[in-house]
Amino acid sequence: MIELDGVTKFFGNYPAITDITFRVEKGEAVGFLGPNGAGKSTTMKIITAFIPPTSGNCTVAGYNVVTHSLDVRRHIGYLPETVPLYTDMSVKDYLAFMGKIRGMSQQRIRARIPEVIETCRLQEYYNSYVSKLSKGFRQRVGIAQCILHEPDVLVLDEPTIGIDPIQVVETRNLIRGLGGDHTLIVSTHILPEVSMICERVVIIHEGQIVAVDKPENLATRLRGVERVEIDVRGPTKEVMATLKDVEGVQAVERKRTPAGEDFNTYEIETVRGSDLRPQLAAAVVKGGWNLVRLQSMGMSLEEIFLRLTTTEDQPAAVAPATTT
Amino acid sequence: MKNTFAIAWKELKIYFTTPTAFVVGAMFLIYAGITFVLSITGRNPEASVRSFILPASTFFILISPLLTMRLLAEEQKLGTLELLLTSPVRDWEVVVGKYLASLVILIFTISLTLYYVVMLYVFGNPDSGPVLSAYLGLILYGAAALAVGLLASSLTANQIVAAVMGTGTLLVLSFIDLVGTRLEGTAADIVNSISMRTHFPDFTRGVVDTSHIVYFVSMIAVFLFLTIRSVETRRWR
Ligand SMILES: Nc1ncnc2c1ncn2[C@@H]1O[C@H](COP(=O)(O)OP(=O)(O)OP(=O)(O)O)[C@@H](O)[C@H]1O
Ligand SMILES: [Mg+2]
Repeated sequence: MIELDGVTKFFGNYPAITDITFRVEKGEAVGFLGPNGAGKSTTMKIITAFIPPTSGNCTVAGYNVVTHSLDVRRHIGYLPETVPLYTDMSVKDYLAFMGKIRGMSQQRIRARIPEVIETCRLQEYYNSYVSKLSKGFRQRVGIAQCILHEPDVLVLDEPTIGIDPIQVVETRNLIRGLGGDHTLIVSTHILPEVSMICERVVIIHEGQIVAVDKPENLATRLRGVERVEIDVRGPTKEVMATLKDVEGVQAVERKRTPAGEDFNTYEIETVRGSDLRPQLAAAVVKGGWNLVRLQSMGMSLEEIFLRLTTTEDQPAAVAPATTT
Repeated sequence: MKNTFAIAWKELKIYFTTPTAFVVGAMFLIYAGITFVLSITGRNPEASVRSFILPASTFFILISPLLTMRLLAEEQKLGTLELLLTSPVRDWEVVVGKYLASLVILIFTISLTLYYVVMLYVFGNPDSGPVLSAYLGLILYGAAALAVGLLASSLTANQIVAAVMGTGTLLVLSFIDLVGTRLEGTAADIVNSISMRTHFPDFTRGVVDTSHIVYFVSMIAVFLFLTIRSVETRRWR
């Protein structure tokens, strides 16, 4: 549905993005992750045909963003980073206007507005002036205009920024609900958000893609080891020794002491690709201790993100992967 | 074209829900009223609109940029231009739509002065030809001034800057004929033919010269074209 091929954008002499290449399939939800100034918004502006790329090709629904920009724009719903609302209009008028310039018929606009108002839970503010709305509700109006004309492709630039935690959860659910019907690109620098909303993550840093993968895969790909956390009630030294003896275990570390003297959380690193949980459980039980919890730990997205975007030690393993 | 009207309609609604148009309209009426009263109470009062339409045109140098300053500057400030330009709308449709809205407001404002014309007909016996041509000239003058103001509005996200730039440009375009008086030959002719002021007074005398109409219409076309170009380059920056 969306294809970028070697897209580069210069602002003057400054390359905002260089050689960005990736594809998004129809119906897929892709997260765009990167620190400030990474080039997320720039890429989105190119996809939505707002600015042309300096070089490279970008197509949406088969149309080139430069040569067939009007066709591209017919397929897109876009929420820019600063929510673009006319403050002197009511929510209803604003949505009606957006519908009109997207070429919707009067009847379709009249039918769709109540639907998006409900989807975005804006009922109380139907007739309010946009200037009177709080930030979170403005954001929702922004999302409402984005989905109003039922576009194939949704491009949301930091849709949850500036929203309070409760509303963030709601907004994320809303966005997740949109996936499936729509092809979705969401940018953010909030990591949990990506794993919640998206099936695939594109990590971008200093204008270049550093990784493309499923959130889960990124963790294992990077680490080279699997990690298991285990809570055991039993004498610390003996437990540690026993755990170390299990075949495949590389290291055992006492992490926390949840309660009491002999009740500890251990972190165990094992060979990559192995699942030693049954053997570990068996060992603990054989020793006659209480196994309270046993959990396989992925690497958190924060860690991945830091690893990928810290320039000193960029692991060779993270060379840009194409579509998996 | 449908998009043009959608945009024009939206702008008209905003004109009527915000105070700008009312304030500008009121300023214009007060100004026109004062000049009208002065003209009919002068030493030799005449039953014609010339005496208040001539200064009214000068007043447009101030108020046209006030009417247009919001149109494109605010879109840039609010970020809504990004939304407009990523909608399936052509750049010229945006510009022309906005221009039409300001033109409607201008004509509406001008039509408020018809009250004075009615008074002229009630208390005097004016010549209808010059009245009609004077209004035609005033609308053309205002329409050209709006195009200049719209270009200014496309160049900045700051409405005040847009208004100042618009007024400045209009002052130059109107009074450049004063420079012409110091020149001779072709140079003087060129400078005079650029000046908005040299093309206006004939209308108030009841003379509708095609060359004047061509002047104002091409001025509108040139400035709208430049505005469209300016909006296009917004994308490239
Ligand atoms: N119009 C512009 N002119 C010049 N430089 C620009 C322009 N827009 C963006 N840049 C530069 O391009 C780089 C990428 O910007 P971009 O807005 O795409 O980052 P981002 O990933 O969206 O960051 P953020 O998380 O802060 O929104 C930045 O260094 C920025 O300074
Ligand atoms: Mg951004």
